[in-house]
Amino acid sequence: MNALTEPLEYAFMQRAMAEIVIVGALCGLVGCFVVLRGLAFIGDALAHAVFPGVVLSYMAEKSILIGAFVFGAFTALGVGILARSRRVSEDSAIGVIFAAFFAVGVVLISREAGFRKDLGSLLFGNVLGVSESDVLWTGIIAVVVAGVVLAFLKEFTLVAFDATMARSAGYPVFALDLLLLLLVAATIVASLQTVGNILILALLVTPPATARLLTDRLGRMMLYSVGVAIGSGVAGLYVSYHLDTAAGATIVLVATAVFLVAFVAAPDHGLAAAWLQARRGKHHVHHYHVEDEVG
Amino acid sequence: MTGHALEVAGVAAGYGGSFELRGVTFAARGGDVVGLIGPNGSGKSTLLKAIAGVLPMRAGTIRLDGAPLRERAVGVAFVPQREDVNWDFPVTARDVVLMGRYRAAGWLRRPGREDVRRAEAALERMGLGGMGGRHISQFSGGQQQRIFLARAIVQDPAVILLDEPFTGIDAANREVLHAAIRDFAAAGMVVLMATHDLDEVTQTCSHVCCLRGRLVAFGPTETTYTPETLRATFGGQVAVFA
Repeated sequence: MNALTEPLEYAFMQRAMAEIVIVGALCGLVGCFVVLRGLAFIGDALAHAVFPGVVLSYMAEKSILIGAFVFGAFTALGVGILARSRRVSEDSAIGVIFAAFFAVGVVLISREAGFRKDLGSLLFGNVLGVSESDVLWTGIIAVVVAGVVLAFLKEFTLVAFDATMARSAGYPVFALDLLLLLLVAATIVASLQTVGNILILALLVTPPATARLLTDRLGRMMLYSVGVAIGSGVAGLYVSYHLDTAAGATIVLVATAVFLVAFVAAPDHGLAAAWLQARRGKHHVHHYHVEDEVG
Repeated sequence: MTGHALEVAGVAAGYGGSFELRGVTFAARGGDVVGLIGPNGSGKSTLLKAIAGVLPMRAGTIRLDGAPLRERAVGVAFVPQREDVNWDFPVTARDVVLMGRYRAAGWLRRPGREDVRRAEAALERMGLGGMGGRHISQFSGGQQQRIFLARAIVQDPAVILLDEPFTGIDAANREVLHAAIRDFAAAGMVVLMATHDLDEVTQTCSHVCCLRGRLVAFGPTETTYTPETLRATFGGQVAVFA
């Protein structure tokens, strides 16, 4: 028990726990639509593209949330609009924008002498260093984003499942896609301090992918995804405390381990279930065969 | 019987510089079942998607009961090809049919009990009563087609668009589909169906619309579905035993 309570005696661990619970819930929820709408690559691009915003905020000694959000919103709109033109494929549009933005961030950094020591915490997050106001702002963003996702739940579901029908029913599909991208951008920005630019994709994609293995229902998938994300976050933070490893990366590895367990052992979609079904099928055939011979 | 009127006038649609489809003009009334036929790339799907509002039109107008189609609340139900649907998506048959009620429910509102009842009734009518709680991947191809027909029904459309509905369908499901199409027509809807199955045209369609990048011919099946029009449409690739 001591192993669980001891870390919480430190104020920085309490803040880190609060932060990871909020971020886990948010990523688990929004990530479902990243997975279902096939936005993993865009999500990765957004995460990289907000980097110069982070660097600029850091230089101006402002909260990194501000700069990151401005660049995230720009990228979301830019990708959405570029992908509409038929001369540039969506993949290429994303590739062009995110590499360019990330490069801007690196160039800005290279001009700053005393900056290198903080590069790691910007790229990989520093959940142990979050302040009370960071936690507060993450919470506010999370409430707003989750509220919008739930308000437009049926529209996002319809567009992800059948964009053609959504369009023929008169829904503004392009506007809904842009809104979703903006929500993904906001989620990434809110999560940056936890796992950083490079690893954020794991929190957005791994928990919903795990949840999808466990259920065929969207409602339950969202619930399980939030649960897996929060659980991995809290467990990862404890592990990183006791083993003295980098928090963000440890959280990602715990989530990955949960995914692998589900991949093998999930009741209907897991490897083991598939193997058992195949084996039972074979057994079945064999059984009849024997009966035939007897009869 | 309400009897809607669909007028397609000078429609051009498609991608790129040279339009895939141009100069399509015809009129259909509620109760008509119009078969869209033509070789691959002739614009069957393009025309369906233009009417559905999925593809922008380059020219022309589409009017329903005298008003531009896009301005009407009651509109068009599109039944996609089976290959165009993501069957891994975590939804049940009932969820899919309920999507047909989203528009009527409005923004920020969930479909209500009445919508659920209508969804169940539509599934029942398609011979899938009591199966609404199953995941969509657990149905056969023909049953999946019927789920999407049920979704079209609950939209209360004036025009129903079917994209290659008979592809990969066995005889029993074919019968259900025929009955459903007859029901739609009897209820006063305009049914438009793209198909490469020419036997279905003579069996199911009251009218044919022959396309080959442009309108080759349009009219009642018995007078328009002739060896001459088919040769003009398919360029002599089809042997016709009429």
